[in-house]
Amino acid sequence: MLKITFIQPDGSEQVVEAEPGFTLMEAAKMNAVPGIEAECGGACACATCHVYVDDPWRDKTGTPSQMEEDMLDFAFDVRESSRLSCQIKLTPELDGLAVRVPAKQF
Amino acid sequence: MSLDDTPTPAASPIETDAVVIGAGPVGLFAVFELGLVDVKAHVVDILEKPGGQCAELYPEKPIYDIPALPIVTGQDLTDRLMKQIEPFGAKFHLGERIDMLERLPDERFRLKTDAGTEFICKVVVIAAGGGSFTPKRPPLNGIEAYEGTSVLYSVRRMEALRDKAVLIVGGGDSALDWTLNLQPLAKSITLLHRRDEFRAAPHSVEKMRQLVETGDVRLMIGQVTELHGTGSQLDGVTVKTKNGEERLAVDVMLPFFGLTMKLGPLADWGLQLHENLVPVDTEKFETSEKGIFAVGDINTYPGKLKLILSGFHEVALMAQQAAKYVYPGKKLLFQYTTSSSSLQKKLGVS
Repeated sequence: MLKITFIQPDGSEQVVEAEPGFTLMEAAKMNAVPGIEAECGGACACATCHVYVDDPWRDKTGTPSQMEEDMLDFAFDVRESSRLSCQIKLTPELDGLAVRVPAKQF
Repeated sequence: MSLDDTPTPAASPIETDAVVIGAGPVGLFAVFELGLVDVKAHVVDILEKPGGQCAELYPEKPIYDIPALPIVTGQDLTDRLMKQIEPFGAKFHLGERIDMLERLPDERFRLKTDAGTEFICKVVVIAAGGGSFTPKRPPLNGIEAYEGTSVLYSVRRMEALRDKAVLIVGGGDSALDWTLNLQPLAKSITLLHRRDEFRAAPHSVEKMRQLVETGDVRLMIGQVTELHGTGSQLDGVTVKTKNGEERLAVDVMLPFFGLTMKLGPLADWGLQLHENLVPVDTEKFETSEKGIFAVGDINTYPGKLKLILSGFHEVALMAQQAAKYVYPGKKLLFQYTTSSSSLQKKLGVS
C-alpha cells in the first residue's frame, strides 16, 4: 500500500492509501477526494482530474505525454507542475507522493 | 415587400411514437429495440454527430466490454450501431437540445428543441448519459454576468463581432477557426493560449502564424486571471504571461476550453431526481412520470452499473412497456430475430 497526500486549495490535507497499479485519479476517486472529477473516467479526454505535482516529486512522476499536454489545454490555471492524475500510474517509488488539487476544476 | 420578408410560420410539430433524447450507444440501441416492436422514433442530440461520449470523448479509444466485440473503439461502436438501426429509419435531429417537455391533456407529450423543432409523441426515452454537452465555463469571478453579451461560447452571428476588440482563448480547432474567420471583420483579434503549441489543423495554425507575422492577429502566451467591465459589458481582461500581468482592452471574449456534461433543462421537467440521476424501476426503466423512460448512464436503481451493456439491456425491457403505451390493448408476442419472419421483415433481411 502506498500513502498519497492530496492537498486542497485551503491547505487541508487528506492522506489516502492505494495499491500500485492504480492511477492517481483512481486513488482519488476511491477515496472521494474533493475536486477530482474525472468526468471521462480516465480516458485522458476531459481534463477534470487536473493536479499540481510539485518538486521533488516531478522527477518521479515524469512529464506529460503529448496527448496529456494537449488535453491540459482544456484545464484551467495550468502551470509547470500541472498533470492529469489519470495519467500518473502509481508505482512503489511514489509512496509518500503529495499533490495539490487546483482551486477549480471547471 | 418581397416574399423573403414574409415571416415563416412556425413549422408544425412532428407527430411520432417516441422521442429518444441522446444519440449515444444506448439511445441508438433504443431505436433498434423500439423498432422491433413497431415504435417509430425520432432522435435528438445536442452534438452534431451521433455517438455521445463514445464519439465526443473517446472516438479512438478501445472499449473491451461489449459482448462479442473483444475490442472496439468508440467511433467503431457508434458506426456499427448506426448500421444496425438503419432499417428502422429513425430521423435524427443533431445539434439540438430538448429545452421543454410537457404532458398534453390527451396524455401525449409535447417537446421543443432550442432550434424550435417541436414533437408530439406518446413516449419519451431519456438516454442522455452524463447530461448534455455544454461548453466549459472558465472559473473566473463574475463571468456569468458577461455570458451571452460579451463572453460567448459559440458564434451564432459573425456580424455581431464586427469592429469589436475580440479575445479568443484556447489552442484547438475552434479557437483557430474563429481567429481566422473573425480576423477580417473584427477591430482586433488577440489569440491567447497557455503555450506556443496548437493541436489544431496544421493549415489553420500556419495561416494564424502568417496573420501574426503581418500584425493582423496578436498572439499571446498566457492565461486570463481576471475580467473587468460594467454590467454585462466586458471592457478588459487581466492576462498573466511569463513576463507578468498585462491588462488588455477587450469587447468580447470567446473561451474555447472544450465541453463538459451538465444535466441541463432535464432538471425542470418535473421528474424525480436523485443526485442528478433519474430513478427508474428495473422492470420497465420508467421514471416517476408514466410514459417517460430513462436508460443508460442517466438513470439510477439499486445495483446500477454505468456500463454500455447495462444500457442495452435496459432499452430492451423499456421497449416492451413503450409498445404498450403506443399500442394499448395489443398483445405483444415475444419473438427472436433468428427465427421470427416478422422481425426479419422489419430488419429488411427476409
